[in-house]
Amino acid sequence: MNVLVSPQAITNLQERQATRIVIVGDVDHGKSTLIGRLLYETGSLPDGKFESLKAMSARRGMPFEWSFLLDALQTERDQGITIDTSQIRFRTALRDFVLIDAPGHIEFLRNMITGAAQADAALLLIDAIEGVREQTRRHGYLLHLLGIRQAAVVINKMDKVGYSPERYREIADEIGAYLGALDIEPVAIVPISAREGDGITVKTPAIGWHEGPTVAEALDLFSVAPPLRDLDLRLPVQAVYKFDDRRIIAGRIESGRIAVGDEIVVQPGNKVARVKSIESWPVAREALAPSSLEAGRSVGVTLDRELFIERGQIIAPVSAPSPIVNGLRARVFWLHPTPLAAGTPVVLRSGTAEIRGHVSAIVEALDPADLQSAGVEAIGQNRIGEIDIVLARPAALDTFANNPLTGRFAIEVEGRIAGGGIAVELKPVARGNRARDAGELQSLAATLLPRLKEQTAAERLATLRQSIDGRIVFTTSFGIEDQAILHMIAKIGLDIDVVTLDTGRLFPQTYDLWAETERHFGLRIKAFYPRHDQLEALVERQGINGFYESREARQACCFVRKVEPLDRALANSEAWITGLRADQSANRGDMALISADKAHGLVKLSPLFDWSRDDVVAFIAANGIPVNALHDKGFASIGCAPCTRALRPGEPERAGRWWWEDETKKECGLHPGR
Amino acid sequence: MERLDELEAQSIFILREAFARLNKLALLWSLGKDSNVMIWLARKAFFGRVPFPAMHVDTGKKFPEMYAFRDRYAKEWGLDFIAEECPPIDAVDPSLPPAARSAARKTEGLKRALAKHGFDGVIAGIRRDEEPTRAKERVFSPRGAEGIWDVRDQPPEFWNHFNASPPPGAHLRIHPILHWTEADIWAYTRRENIPIIPLYLSQNGKRYRSLGDMDITFPVVSDATSIDEIIAELDSTKVPERSGRAMDHESEDAFERLRTAGYL
Repeated sequence: MNVLVSPQAITNLQERQATRIVIVGDVDHGKSTLIGRLLYETGSLPDGKFESLKAMSARRGMPFEWSFLLDALQTERDQGITIDTSQIRFRTALRDFVLIDAPGHIEFLRNMITGAAQADAALLLIDAIEGVREQTRRHGYLLHLLGIRQAAVVINKMDKVGYSPERYREIADEIGAYLGALDIEPVAIVPISAREGDGITVKTPAIGWHEGPTVAEALDLFSVAPPLRDLDLRLPVQAVYKFDDRRIIAGRIESGRIAVGDEIVVQPGNKVARVKSIESWPVAREALAPSSLEAGRSVGVTLDRELFIERGQIIAPVSAPSPIVNGLRARVFWLHPTPLAAGTPVVLRSGTAEIRGHVSAIVEALDPADLQSAGVEAIGQNRIGEIDIVLARPAALDTFANNPLTGRFAIEVEGRIAGGGIAVELKPVARGNRARDAGELQSLAATLLPRLKEQTAAERLATLRQSIDGRIVFTTSFGIEDQAILHMIAKIGLDIDVVTLDTGRLFPQTYDLWAETERHFGLRIKAFYPRHDQLEALVERQGINGFYESREARQACCFVRKVEPLDRALANSEAWITGLRADQSANRGDMALISADKAHGLVKLSPLFDWSRDDVVAFIAANGIPVNALHDKGFASIGCAPCTRALRPGEPERAGRWWWEDETKKECGLHPGR
Repeated sequence: MERLDELEAQSIFILREAFARLNKLALLWSLGKDSNVMIWLARKAFFGRVPFPAMHVDTGKKFPEMYAFRDRYAKEWGLDFIAEECPPIDAVDPSLPPAARSAARKTEGLKRALAKHGFDGVIAGIRRDEEPTRAKERVFSPRGAEGIWDVRDQPPEFWNHFNASPPPGAHLRIHPILHWTEADIWAYTRRENIPIIPLYLSQNGKRYRSLGDMDITFPVVSDATSIDEIIAELDSTKVPERSGRAMDHESEDAFERLRTAGYL
């Protein structure tokens, strides 16, 4: 619709923000009519519009129909029903407004939400004859869920109840109590007749008893929701651009501010860096560009370190990071035909992240008519409720109470938005995984150490399992130590997750052993793979065998193929079991039986720490455990095929790994020294 | 935060979302004031370089000034420029009123261009305040096979979460300046010093408010010879922006029919 203008000329147009107001309420309570009347009375209709509405009404044999102004679709006019949300602008002497019309029919609730979610404030319309209906309450509740706290109630069709102050009071009391329970305090409750023009811009004699404002006056009580610049920084990463030699991290600041020199953390992943620059275009203006920007702005920043950062992560201050969670309790609205039930897989869209998970429980489905529980079975289409969600991997989330923008999310089903909600309670990642601090890990390791020292390897595994509540992960690369440990785990039947990192470059014999091992122990070993995007970028950068070129290139390859997948393999776990032995190489001499792994936020147990290679070989032979066929050909420690060779007589056992590199620096990064 | 900064931030966010989430994007460059602002915003979003093609679906009936503008700035702005021609008028639905039928050529041209290049998303510079059916648009708006807009079943869209997975054979229209007004476009053009086609300025008491095909676009009465004067004029006019576009006004639902069939 055209820009509409009140007679007073306004000069500071560019500085004025438009207040966005949504008009909600049950179908046929007169939303579109109210908007038409409001525009007409404020002199805001474009030329010829009044006449064209008249013609449209006459063509359908109807009296003058204001709603045709926004019901732009032929079907809407023919059926006299608003299907989709629309927007129209108007202005008073003081203010610019965007009026958002939202359909009242339950079938079009998705469109009501689409419209209302953009609003700063709401007008809740109620028919004086029908009073507060279920749909009125549902819309009220959705305003609450959508985070809209500014509202006014408009009681329409007062002409049909003889402008009765008693009827007005009755409805006002009922809706006031309902909204009060939702923390919404209406700025006014206005009696009107949209058709007759009472109470819109003029307090006509018919409603002379009303002491509050008209609708137009009530609108002036609303304000534009300000950007959240006083909250902690939250900058969801939209993309990382490498159009030239800069590596620009792009996104919009949802809250707080960012400045050059700020120490930030990229979450999840907890990578720390400093903001090196704030990038802008055109470059000529750069001298004028601010060295800090605040909430609401779309920005591009560079960091002082090259980190692997990807879309979906969030940048926060080191001093005030987002909670890292693996579950949450949420209040949701559901728009999909298939009800939301325990076990339903979901994709949450929060910021720019796509977070996979599933519904672990329906806490309660709410009947919006009276806010009473409607059972705990499932949440049907166009219903609301409270649910628990378990995430497939840790995510950075805030509660809605702490940050209304990063504490809310959309729920997607098969690529289409199917609902939305707010986080009311977070389940932080269980101790371990970075939530547990270094001191705590150290003391746990120190407490267990004396006992473990006295025990056999199998007893050590059992002790660890008894001492820790959460997930324990054993990473195997099918070496003889790993095979021995797997035998112990399988024999005792310990609840320990067995995983392997498939780099894609393993020996064929290793894959054979993997399959044979699964058969032998009757279990499935979970494989973690390199991320395809990172791997594709690596191979593009260094070529398929680029790791021979330099130690840096080799380590980059190890990072993509092993270190990053390991991070994912260890997510949500509290302890990590490895097959390390103290005498394996010069670099491993100081590895402990049990230690705090601060990088992964867990304790690391190497139950064969004090075994010799001969001890392991003897154990394997005594128990008939399958081993890699390459051992017979002179291979000792076996890693990726291009980076492992057989030993020459007398060489130390890890001499066959990255044989072309300096002996003292040969680790891939899985087991960083302390 | 100033109004223009807020509008700009939202548009940049939308452009970056489109680039992150779709496989093959193009920006539709109609050469008018709105799509010129959009190209400017894309250059800002991606730090100077528009990382997808700018496509002009050409009816062959634009004003000479428009072609001159196109040829100059496609080069100056370093655009990956594509021109695609529209089919002859005989290929277009004969039941449409004459001006609408002429406009529908562009729909057909767009459809063919999408198929030819395999774009799954096109960025278009429509605005809600131009016209009532555009006011009902989504930012990420799915189009079925044949480009059809199913207005009765638009997906929910809220909190800046967009539906970016078009079903096979379909595509998405992305509308980064849907929330701007005509006055915003001019205020921003002035602030950022974005070049314009001179037809928008008054000559002999008339100027074009909206530019389309030469034979179905008409100027309005105006004395505005500078952007400042255009902004002042918009502050007091009640004449709708598209009043000079004949195809909008031939029947009650002329424009809606064009749009559901795939027009912008």
